[in-house]
Amino acid sequence: MIKKKTPAWMALTLGASLSLGFGQATAQEQVVKIGHVGPLTGNIAHLGKDNENGVRLALEEYQAKGLSIGGKKIKFELVAEDDQADPKTGNIVAQRLVDAGVKGVVGHLNSGTSIPASRIYNDAGIPMVSPSSTNPKLTQQGFAYIFRTMTNDIQQGSVLGKYATTKLGKKVSIIDDRTAYGQGLADEVEKGVKASGGTVSAREFTTNQSTDFMAILTKVKMQNPDVVIYTGMDAQGGPMLKQMRALGIGAKFMTGDGGCTLDFIKLAGDAMSDKAFCSQAGLPLDQLADKTFRDRYKKRFGIEVQVYAPYAYDAASAIVEAMKAAGSVEPAKYLPALKKVAFKGAGGDVAFDDKGDVKGGAVTVYQFKGGQWESLK
Amino acid sequence: MENLLQQIVNGLVVGSVYALVALGYTMVYGILGLINFAHGDVLMVGALVALQVATLLHKFWPGLHPLLILAISLGVAIPVCMLLGYVMERTAYRRLRNAPRLAPLITAIGVSFLLQTVAMIIWGRNYHSFPPLFPTIPLEPFPGVFITPVQVTILVASATLMVALIMLVNRTPLGRAMRATAENHRVASLMGVDTNKIISTTFILGSGLAAVAGVMHASNYGVAHYSMGFLPGLKAFTAAVLGGIGNLGGAMVGGIVLGLVETIGAGYIEQLSFGLLNSSYQDIFAFVILGIVLIFRPTGLLGERVSDRA
Repeated sequence: MIKKKTPAWMALTLGASLSLGFGQATAQEQVVKIGHVGPLTGNIAHLGKDNENGVRLALEEYQAKGLSIGGKKIKFELVAEDDQADPKTGNIVAQRLVDAGVKGVVGHLNSGTSIPASRIYNDAGIPMVSPSSTNPKLTQQGFAYIFRTMTNDIQQGSVLGKYATTKLGKKVSIIDDRTAYGQGLADEVEKGVKASGGTVSAREFTTNQSTDFMAILTKVKMQNPDVVIYTGMDAQGGPMLKQMRALGIGAKFMTGDGGCTLDFIKLAGDAMSDKAFCSQAGLPLDQLADKTFRDRYKKRFGIEVQVYAPYAYDAASAIVEAMKAAGSVEPAKYLPALKKVAFKGAGGDVAFDDKGDVKGGAVTVYQFKGGQWESLK
Repeated sequence: MENLLQQIVNGLVVGSVYALVALGYTMVYGILGLINFAHGDVLMVGALVALQVATLLHKFWPGLHPLLILAISLGVAIPVCMLLGYVMERTAYRRLRNAPRLAPLITAIGVSFLLQTVAMIIWGRNYHSFPPLFPTIPLEPFPGVFITPVQVTILVASATLMVALIMLVNRTPLGRAMRATAENHRVASLMGVDTNKIISTTFILGSGLAAVAGVMHASNYGVAHYSMGFLPGLKAFTAAVLGGIGNLGGAMVGGIVLGLVETIGAGYIEQLSFGLLNSSYQDIFAFVILGIVLIFRPTGLLGERVSDRA
C-alpha cells in the first residue's frame, strides 16, 4: 500500500490561512449561518424543498432590506441539509449543523426526525423552530430551545375527529402511515371521534413508502365505514383515495395537513369529488395573513407554494426578529427574545407559549369543490 | 368470501408486477452472478419517460386516443430503457466482470443512486400524476369483487411476457447461447459464443421488461416519481430470492407468491394471529415467509441448481 500523506504542518497552515482570510472579510460584515433541515431526496422531497424555499425567501428579504444587528452588517448564509425524512440521518445532519456553527435552525419537517434531533440542538444550545412537525411530543420534552410555528396534532386531531363524526358520519375507519406524525395524529383523531360520539370501526396501517393499499382497503370495506380518515402525506393519500374508489368504497375521505396539498388533488385524479376533505393547521393558503406571499414565492422560485412554506418563512423570520430585538446573533443572548417574539408573519400572528408552541393556531377544514380545496367555515 | 377473492385479485396484480421486475434481476444474476440493484430504477426511468412522452402527445395532439398514446409512450420508453441497460452494463459493470464480487455489487448500488439523482434533476422532486390511459371504470367480474382494466392488462401482459421470455431462453439459438454463458462464460466463448454480446442482450431484455413494468405500475397507481423504483425493486429482489434466484420460472412463482402472501397477510393477519398483530406487520409477514422458505429450501422455491461460479 502506498499512500500519500499530507504533512500535518501543511494542513495546519492551510487551515490557518483560510480562517484568516475569512476573518478579514467579516470585519465589516458578519456572516450568520442559519440551518434548514428537511427531506430533499426521497418521496416527500417536494415538501422539504418547499420549506427550504420558505426559509430562503425570508433570509433573502431581510438581506435585501439591509440588516445590521449589534452594529454589524449581517450577511445570512443558509446551510440546507437533507435528512431524507429518516430519524437516523436527521440526527447526523443535526450534529453537522451544530458543528458548522449555525446560529439557529428551521426544521425538521417530519415529527419523526424533529423529535430525536431536538435533543441535539437543545444540548448544543441552538434554537430550533420547526415549521411543520405537529406531533405534540416535540414541545413536551421540557427543552428550552425548541419551538414550532405550526399548530400541534392535539388540536388538529380533535377538529378532524369532531368534524368527521358530527358532519360526515358516525362510523370511522382510520389509516395511518406509522410515522411519528401519522401515528400521533391518528391517536388524536381517534380520541376526537370517540369524544363526539362516533365509533372507530378499524385502525389500519401502512408505511410512508407504500403505493399499494388494496389489501388494507379491502379490509376497511368489510366494515362499511361512513368516513375513512388517512393521517399521512399526500404521496400516499392521493393514490389511496383512487384505490378506494376502484374497490367500490363510496365512503367519505378525510386527511390531515400532510394531504392538504395541490399534489394530493393531482395524484387522486378523477377520484376527487366533494366527498374528499382535509384539515390544515393554520389558515387557508388563499387567506394567508401576508397576501403577497404566494406571488413573491412564485416569482422567486417559479413554482407554487406546496403547503408549509409560509410557516418555514415565519420560523426563519422569528429567529431573525429575535436576533434584532436582542441585538445579538448569539443563541444564548437572543433566546429570551425568541420566547417573547410577536410579529405578523406570512401564515398569521407569530408568538410562542411557554412550551414553544405557536399561540392560538387555527385549524381549517377544507372540502374539494370546483377543482380545488375550499375552506369550510 | 368476496373479500378473500378480492384479496387474491389484489395479490395477483401486485405479484405480477413483482414477477416482471424479478425476471430482470434473475436473468442478470443467472448469467453474471451479479445482483443489479439499479434494476428498480430502470423501472422508474421507464415510467417517467413514458409520462414525458404522454404529456407531450397530450400537448401537441390533444385528440389522440388514450390507447394510442399508451402504445407510443411504451414504444419510446422501452428502447430508452434498453439503451440505458446497455450503457449501464458497458460502462459500469463490464470492467468489473473479473473483480471480486463485492465491487460490482457496490457499483450497482452506486448506479441506482446515480439514476435516481439524475431523474430528480430532470423531472424534479414533485410527484407527477400519470395520465389515465386506460378506461378507469372498474369491472365487477363477481359481485363485490372489483378489478380495473389496468389491472387486467397487467395480468395479461405479465403472463404473456413471461411465457415469451421462457420460450426465448429455452427454444431459440440466442437462448441457447445465454444458457451456455450462464453455465460458464469462458467455455462458452471458446465454443464461439460472443459472451459480451450475450451479456449485453441480457441487460437489454431485462431493462425492456422493467420499462413495461414501470409503465404498468405508474398507470395502475396513477403516480410517477423519481423514487418510485426503490420499493418495487426491493420487493422484486425478494421475489427472485424466494423463487430461486437465477431461475426464470422461480422469478414468476416468487413474484406471485410474494404478492399473495403480502395481501393475504395484510388482510387476515389479525384473524391469523388472534388479534395479536395488525396490518402494520404486513411486511414482516412477507419476510417471515421468506425466512421459512429459505430455511427449508436455501436455494428458493424452484432453485435447484447451485453453482459456485465467480
